[in-house]
Amino acid sequence: MSPAIPLLLAIGLGLAGWLVARARAWTFKRSAPEGRIAALPSYHAWYAALWIVVPLILWFLIWNGISGQLVLSSVLASPEAQSLPEFGLRRDSILIEARNIAEGNAGLSMNDEAVALAEPFRQAMQRYDLIGLIVGLLIGGAGAAWAFLRLKPDFAARTKVERLVLAALLIASLVAILTTFGILVTLVYETILFFGKVSPIDFLFGTQWNPDPMSTGSVDGDRYGAIPLFWGTLFIGAIIAMIVAIPLGMMSAIYLTQYAPAKMRAWVKPALEILAGVPTVVYGYFAALTIAPAIRDIAVTLGASNPSSESALAAGLVMGVMIIPFVSSMADDSIAAVPQAMRDGSLAMGATTNETIRRVLVPAALPGIVGGVMLAISRAIGETMIVVMAASTAANLSANPLESMTTVTVQIVALLTGEGSFDHPATLAAFALGFVLFMVTLALNFIALRVVKRFREAYE
Amino acid sequence: MSNAQAPTRTAAFEARLKKRYAAERRFKAIGLSAIIFSMIVLLFLLATMTINGIGGFQRAELRVDIDFPDMGLSLPPGELDHNDAIQRLGNQGLRDVVQFSAEQTLGAEGAEHVNGEAWRLVAEEIYADPRILQSEASFWLPTSEDLASAYAGDGQLPLQPLAEDLAERDLLADNFDVGFLARADATDPQLVGIWGALKGSILTMIVTLLLAFPVGVLAALYLEEYAPKNRWTDIIEVSINNLAAVPSIIFGLLGMAVFLAIFPSMRSAPLIGGMTLALMTMPVIVISGRNAIKAVPPSIRDGALAVGASPVQVVFHHVLPLALPGILTGTIIGMARALGETAPLLLIGMRAFVATPPSGFTDNATVLPMQIFLWSDEIDRGFVERTSAAIIVLLIFLLLMNGLAIYLRNRFEKKW
Repeated sequence: MSPAIPLLLAIGLGLAGWLVARARAWTFKRSAPEGRIAALPSYHAWYAALWIVVPLILWFLIWNGISGQLVLSSVLASPEAQSLPEFGLRRDSILIEARNIAEGNAGLSMNDEAVALAEPFRQAMQRYDLIGLIVGLLIGGAGAAWAFLRLKPDFAARTKVERLVLAALLIASLVAILTTFGILVTLVYETILFFGKVSPIDFLFGTQWNPDPMSTGSVDGDRYGAIPLFWGTLFIGAIIAMIVAIPLGMMSAIYLTQYAPAKMRAWVKPALEILAGVPTVVYGYFAALTIAPAIRDIAVTLGASNPSSESALAAGLVMGVMIIPFVSSMADDSIAAVPQAMRDGSLAMGATTNETIRRVLVPAALPGIVGGVMLAISRAIGETMIVVMAASTAANLSANPLESMTTVTVQIVALLTGEGSFDHPATLAAFALGFVLFMVTLALNFIALRVVKRFREAYE
Repeated sequence: MSNAQAPTRTAAFEARLKKRYAAERRFKAIGLSAIIFSMIVLLFLLATMTINGIGGFQRAELRVDIDFPDMGLSLPPGELDHNDAIQRLGNQGLRDVVQFSAEQTLGAEGAEHVNGEAWRLVAEEIYADPRILQSEASFWLPTSEDLASAYAGDGQLPLQPLAEDLAERDLLADNFDVGFLARADATDPQLVGIWGALKGSILTMIVTLLLAFPVGVLAALYLEEYAPKNRWTDIIEVSINNLAAVPSIIFGLLGMAVFLAIFPSMRSAPLIGGMTLALMTMPVIVISGRNAIKAVPPSIRDGALAVGASPVQVVFHHVLPLALPGILTGTIIGMARALGETAPLLLIGMRAFVATPPSGFTDNATVLPMQIFLWSDEIDRGFVERTSAAIIVLLIFLLLMNGLAIYLRNRFEKKW
């Protein structure tokens, strides 16, 4: 059954209920003494409509979940299904194909067995769709009847409707918890599976990263040492990118807040924001296409032997540029939060502007700036596309920025975009890496937000 | 008590002052150069993409004159759908007709370089206007990839004289390729287009918006207007703030493990992509929504309560309409971020080669940033230009969205 049918049915019945209930409430209102009833007619209408629509939608969601199974078992009970192979992939693929033919969206390759099964499939689907619709209508009718029985002049429909609205609001905000919970459960579950195959010590402290190829089933713990990945992530995201982003971001913020004329600020600030809004895939392309070859050429002219075309430097530089607006707006906020009196006091003592900035404003704003830098680092180490496109997949424990290096995010992508089964240790390793990344960025963000918040309150 | 005062401006003082002023000028110059550097990088990035990308909107095309009346082609009028008509023309040997005419116009050597799929273009024009079959017509047809790169000045050297010769005779030219905005992915850079990815992006964004906007707004309303201050709401608040800072690839891991497990047949469908991106966008909408709601002055709430409105009426009749422009601004910014996002979609499998634009939310699809990523892996020079052209389209979309957000902010910003 296409999802449009139950949806239209629910909307149609709900609308009908709404109109009828409102008309009924109006008759109450006309006949009531002084024309007053306990709730506005539209609340009666909403009450009835909700009692029809909500159970209907719930029913169709449940039915959608179970009807597939029912159809399948009824097809398997049919005489045509007796000739199916016993178990395994072939049986499944025949069933899937038969289903596709029955739904009328089959591809090209048609299997005879699947064609034979298509007709029982179609009949079973029709039968269960009909059952679903009839039960749906009954449920909608029951909801309507229940609601209409309660519609009386002194019925406080508004309170009931509003209680449901509040419940909806609460459920919406619980989605955030569910998502966080979902992330944690997924990552922890797969990570535990991974640690069942590879010891955590090998993973966290090993220095050889060379996961088993997908074709082999054997597990060799020595191949999953993640230290080179952690180092690559740190080197690219927290060292090279920050060497670019911190000075440039800080100096931009200082110039914009302390020196720049208002007109210039009005133009430069949005331009910096564009820098932050460019999609990372574009930065990645820029890094791979323009910056990395340029760096290699420069390295060759400077006499480096055999520099790699995928260098840590290229990825780090471009990532640093991406982070500049982030650092600069955090620094901007922190400096703006320093009370004007401190600045004026310093200037009145005869200090030059730069002395005021360096000796008064920056030290006073330092906690906020440090918090901002930590947020920037967390963003840089979680960044994926730039490093996927500009860094390599070869794990390399080196301090030479011209060498190719790989990061945690690159490896997650590399391990999960191949063809591989879900329980292969290499797939699970990606989740373990994701778990480490999640925990590290979470810790950085948490500390940074606390530092920033605490500092903000200090002057108020 | 002596009136004698040490002179304030000693030579040492002057020297020190000079040094301090020099330091001041240096510092200011460093600040200015930091900004100039950032701006130069931005301009360089945009200029590189534009210069490369302009070429991506064009393609090398050969002029072929076809004299139809002799060729024995026919297209029975009416009741033929598009695919049918093209197939029928193909069965009647349109490909050979094009090949033959190309040899007439371009010479045997040039005719080899008409793109193998070019006859389909001719067929489409015939379908659009069957009267062409009664006359002689000339078409600009895409060249083969080899000739295109030879014409661009690199690629196979032996082909370059041919390209120059054809160009001199006005038979070969770079024409604006309207089809680039209308076709989908292909393996030949001469035949690729961006519409498939763009449509995938649009479908994905619709799913994201439909899920993230209502949930985000309702959650923001709850937290700002009703939430009691207790441990539960603290947990909700902290987890929303954390979600906003979680690296996007983690959402990809979640989508892969949860959504793909529930809907295993919908790998690379806009529905799954949109759901994954909605989880990422929702916290952004909640946070900006809360700020917008907070900005509505309490006097409005008190006024509504005073005339007998219930708390729900206060929110839905008064607070929400006033906060809506602010919420929309935040939503557009969140959607712009989702539009440019690649990493989570990479994990949930939206990296397949998709040669036809998706027709629904459950079809195989790719999105614009993913198309850029996929093309960036191709080594062909033709693909470099096409990639930059796709980047230009993506950046234009993002600029429009951000422009709209800024416009909304300025238009509806209120000071109470």
